[in-house]
Amino acid sequence: MSILLNKKSRVICQGFTGNQGTFHSQGCLDYGTQLVGGVTPGRGGQKHLGLPVFNTAHEAVKATGADVSMIYVPAGGAADAILEAADAGIKLIVCITEGIPVNDMVRVKETLKSYDTRLVGPNCPGVITPGAAKVGIMPGHIHLPGRVGIVSRSGTLTYEAVHQTTQLGLGQSTCVGIGGDPVRGMNFIDVLALFEQDPQTEGIIMVGEIGGTDEEAAAAFIRDHVTKPVVAYIAGVTAPPGKRMGHAGAVISGGKGTADDKFAALEAARVITVRSPADLGKAMAKALAKRDAKVAKAKLALKPAGSTKVKSKLKAVAAKAQPVAAKAKSKAKVKAKAKAKTKTKAKTKTKAKPKAKPKTKVVAKAKRAPARKK
Amino acid sequence: MNLHEYQSKELFAKYGIPAPAGKVAASPEDAVEAAKALGGSLWVVKAQVHAGGRGKAGGVKVCKTLKEVAAATRAMLGTILVTHQTGPEGLPVHKVYVEVGSRIQRELYLSLLLDRARSRLSFIVSQAGGMDIEEVAAHTPEKILKVEIHPAAGLMGYQCRQLAFGLGLEGEQIKQFEKIARGLYQLYLDADLALVEINPLIVTAEGTLLALDGKLNVDANAVYRQPVIAQYRDVSQEDAAEVEASKHDLNYVSLSGDIACMVNGAGLAMATMDLIQLHGGSPANFLDVGGGATAARVTAAFKLILSNANVKAIFVNIFGGIVKCNLIAEGIIEAVKTVGVNVPVVVRLQGTNRDQAAQLLAESGLAIVARNDLTDAAREVVRLAAQYAATSASAAA
Repeated sequence: MSILLNKKSRVICQGFTGNQGTFHSQGCLDYGTQLVGGVTPGRGGQKHLGLPVFNTAHEAVKATGADVSMIYVPAGGAADAILEAADAGIKLIVCITEGIPVNDMVRVKETLKSYDTRLVGPNCPGVITPGAAKVGIMPGHIHLPGRVGIVSRSGTLTYEAVHQTTQLGLGQSTCVGIGGDPVRGMNFIDVLALFEQDPQTEGIIMVGEIGGTDEEAAAAFIRDHVTKPVVAYIAGVTAPPGKRMGHAGAVISGGKGTADDKFAALEAARVITVRSPADLGKAMAKALAKRDAKVAKAKLALKPAGSTKVKSKLKAVAAKAQPVAAKAKSKAKVKAKAKAKTKTKAKTKTKAKPKAKPKTKVVAKAKRAPARKK
Repeated sequence: MNLHEYQSKELFAKYGIPAPAGKVAASPEDAVEAAKALGGSLWVVKAQVHAGGRGKAGGVKVCKTLKEVAAATRAMLGTILVTHQTGPEGLPVHKVYVEVGSRIQRELYLSLLLDRARSRLSFIVSQAGGMDIEEVAAHTPEKILKVEIHPAAGLMGYQCRQLAFGLGLEGEQIKQFEKIARGLYQLYLDADLALVEINPLIVTAEGTLLALDGKLNVDANAVYRQPVIAQYRDVSQEDAAEVEASKHDLNYVSLSGDIACMVNGAGLAMATMDLIQLHGGSPANFLDVGGGATAARVTAAFKLILSNANVKAIFVNIFGGIVKCNLIAEGIIEAVKTVGVNVPVVVRLQGTNRDQAAQLLAESGLAIVARNDLTDAAREVVRLAAQYAATSASAAA
């Protein structure tokens, strides 16, 4: 399991034939995303990257059965593209575009309430479920299918968290970049709620930054509704008030939205906070080890002591609790093997996937796809 | 993007928002002419800077004679005004606004801005006008009234009445207020504003409403479609390095420390500043070179951060995702060669092709310290900055 995005997701790209749309659509295809077509008004009927181009999102959905759209339409037309996707029946809209006027997003956000759809972004890196699908601009090869859900307002900081959890063998269930704008689609709370329900996600990394009060709202939500360990980092302790720090939403205004306030709110909600982004992975590994030990203990307590059954059970639980490093190693081996195999074989595998496909193959595909790109 | 008071009032006039008659002036002679043309026997001369708190800082003078108008203007023009909002460096005064004096009965507060938590626009009003609204919010929140506008319905009559009665207005003032609120809402939408604040909105001795001040902020994302308002930009009110950065599409903010940073991504750029401080250093700037960190941009970025004489070390922190580290390393080498960097440079490249990048840096023959680990890199740059400061200080001695 994962959230928002899986192998079955059928994706279209709005702004398909533009520079950004072309480059990143190719990246998504290389990763194994089921990209089924794209939209560029006036270029309907053509082929691009071997896929059909449509004039409207409605036509694209009708012809391809797409349920996800990623948007690279320039800022002036992006609000329009989001609502077009919603109206066409897209269930997950991922808007990468940066620089959409805030007043446009106020209208979009309100209008989306009348559709059964979710918006991620704008001004975000997108969503990735490692080993299954990537919808966005993130580098796929740093990811590893695994246990940690990541939600973040920043692109490159997300990559830091991904990189660390991959290095430690924890891996990621799904990573969601919610974007750096003041008015956006899904917020921390929406994503946290999905991670809490997702069985694959065992721990959550949350990366916030200065501006607004969404991290404070998330802290309250975590306190009341999240049972999984959450590790959080907030960027911008040293940011001066009143200055827009790159992201449109990253500004301390009226004394509100400081990193200190956010850290305090998260700590009050018993969230594990780190003051350096370099510590995100380590803190999560520690929290998961603690959780695993607790689970093992609870399972042990359920059985009468001394029985051989318990011992074997304990072993199994322990193996589950601390397998990550070993697992990662074995995965690496498989990856090396997979690399030796022919490339075409990997592709046919995705299309005609066997029902009980071993996980390791997914990893192999995920890891080697970008290598092909180079 | 901020506007001057006189620009805000030009827009107010277009939207039927009443303000005292006034004229902008760039010399004492102009100011006297303006006062003469405005008539009356009481004027207020106001320094035009992009900051509040002018009154307390000597940027607002009440004048009873034309001589006083000339003197007040002379005293302000060409000076640097330091208010509690400008920071110690202050802002230059190039223009004054000469306005007819008003007799004030009451001072109110009125603003319209985005409520981020609700993703809607909200009017905020208070009877405690003329004061810092953040102080009012912190100490007497009961004095603040907020009304949220549904984007589809727009501002409704009942909401205007709610606000007006909340402000203790009566009779004709209710209608006047509704006109002002509707004008502001329309202006906000038409001009793609991010904030409009009237503090104070006054009730005159004659019982009518007037916008005594006007502060407008335009959404930077929307300036591209506001050609008229784009011309209102006054770069003299902005940090010179930040203006230069915007020409190269770099996101740059000047800070007071001595370790310059160059990072890809806004979040990582902020985190890098925080890391420097966490390890005992002090960041000189925020700089996001963006996703496509090409050699040309890296060179422009180096030039920019070195224009700050305080800089004692440079920390380059790049997470190569889509961008490959070896290309960035080439950019850094080229930039260091062309720009001529004397201070220590610590480069942390992580991600795609990082080993190739490390090799390139090592073989460049330049004094660049390469690190893979973020924490190591931060510690190293703080250490090198201190070392550089110590040696340059002893050299000076």
